Amino acid sequence: MTTDSAALPSTLRVGLSRGVLELKTYVREREAMLFTFALPIVLLLVFGTIFKGNVDGTNVDFRQYFAAGIIASGVASTTFISLGVGIAQERDDGTLKRLYGTPMPRTAYFAGKVIAALVLSLAETVVLFALGGLMFGLKAPSTPDRWLTLVWVFVLGVTVCTLLGIAVSSVPRSGRGAAAVLNLPYIVLQFISGVYVTFGSLPEGVQQVGALFPLKWICQGLRSALLPDTLLPAEPAHSWEHGRIALVLTAWGVAGFVLCLTTFRWKRRGDE
Amino acid sequence: MSETAVRVRGLRKRYGDVDAVRGVDLDILRGEVFALLGPNGAGKSTTVEILEGHRRRTGGEVSVLGTDPGKPTRAWRARLGIVPQTSNEQPLLSVRDLVRHFAGYYPNPRDVDEVVAAVGLAEKAGARPAQLSGGQRRRVDVALGIIGRPELLFLDEPTTGFDPDARRRFWKLIESLAGGGTTILLTTHYLDEAEALADRVGVIAAGRMVEVATPRDLGGRATASARVSWTGPDGPQSLETRTPTQVVAELAAKFDGEVPQLTVTRPTLEDVYLSMIGADR
Repeated sequence: MTTDSAALPSTLRVGLSRGVLELKTYVREREAMLFTFALPIVLLLVFGTIFKGNVDGTNVDFRQYFAAGIIASGVASTTFISLGVGIAQERDDGTLKRLYGTPMPRTAYFAGKVIAALVLSLAETVVLFALGGLMFGLKAPSTPDRWLTLVWVFVLGVTVCTLLGIAVSSVPRSGRGAAAVLNLPYIVLQFISGVYVTFGSLPEGVQQVGALFPLKWICQGLRSALLPDTLLPAEPAHSWEHGRIALVLTAWGVAGFVLCLTTFRWKRRGDE
Repeated sequence: MSETAVRVRGLRKRYGDVDAVRGVDLDILRGEVFALLGPNGAGKSTTVEILEGHRRRTGGEVSVLGTDPGKPTRAWRARLGIVPQTSNEQPLLSVRDLVRHFAGYYPNPRDVDEVVAAVGLAEKAGARPAQLSGGQRRRVDVALGIIGRPELLFLDEPTTGFDPDARRRFWKLIESLAGGGTTILLTTHYLDEAEALADRVGVIAAGRMVEVATPRDLGGRATASARVSWTGPDGPQSLETRTPTQVVAELAAKFDGEVPQLTVTRPTLEDVYLSMIGADR
């Protein structure tokens, strides 16, 4: 008999170890880092120097409005894009198949992804917020209420984008094409969700399409935490709609979770 | 405890309307090195991937270390080691860090530095796989396959693309694992590899197990007629015989000493293999 009486390592331990590995790998993968982490920061700097003036009919600097939107985009970038592309590549190059053949708990793989997504989105948010503060006078939430709003919108937003990133990783046919496939909806959504252009100034039909997707609601939630109520006249609903934000994001979270459970594949297409 | 590591009865696998595996039977004993041979598309990889718990079977009974691989559990996986066919992974970790990370998946892993040294990568332990040669990367695959102290190790075409020297060194590594009691299921396209490493070989062709035997006995090699060749006064001569010793003795008497360019050959493993899979026609 061999000494195989030792217990299997706990899912928690393996999950943490996966999280460390994911973060280490992310930081070492310069292209991915540049693409998903640095790009929103560069866009903030570039557009921040181009845009000027206040949001129509308010005393709020449009660059602050834009900063809140780019924070939402940054979160989507470090979760949705980063995970969607990363997992598609890991499926394509055989990493997932190798892991599937080990006693690694399946949950630990996803835990590692979630840990990395949380840490990276938090870092991304802090950097974008600090730059927005330095350059356009973006201010930290002024009341405990607003801090609470910031926290739940951030957590819910990260959760939804993480789940959707894991789910969408099964869509691209190859790891190589994944970045292109995922960036199309990502870029379009930024334009129709109130990142580069105020949501209220979009044609009504475009607003209705944008409102179907989570990015619009994350942007709006972050504005409600970071920008003054004097912006409200420029919001189409003239209200922050917290209930609706929570509802839409939760619905997308549930949909994303179900998609993850039903569509996740450890092997390449046709390799079952 | 069962003396059989792998037991397969009537295994079938169907892709769409193609029967890839049509009723394979297989027994692999504990501690045995078993080589599975067969041309591409014969059902070899499909069979192995079903045993590894990577693919679902269409029919038949399969038991791997007493467990149905169609219902893999973590505890079962911890007793297996899998070295997959060449993949394109580019882990951004050093060899040592990568092996250490994988060690964390197993209840009773081997020592990380010992494993890295055992696969001959002690000097490359700090390098990333991308900086290694193809043969060295394959050794990393083996290190990841054996770190969990597997009872059964799957090696899927482990030496494809190796130069002859690297292959010999790889064989030594496999021999030492087998010497330590690990059961090994090897698939390969190299007949010399199967002959050097395997206790028994099985030949799969067109989804069926054609024969299972020791490399020496496969295809009736041991009892096949031998060919005796020599150079006589009229030039090269040869004849097929079941009694080569007698022929050589007669030749020795006739030449009264050394027979010029005498050789006695039996069919090689490759000869019998090619005739079994029908490639000699």
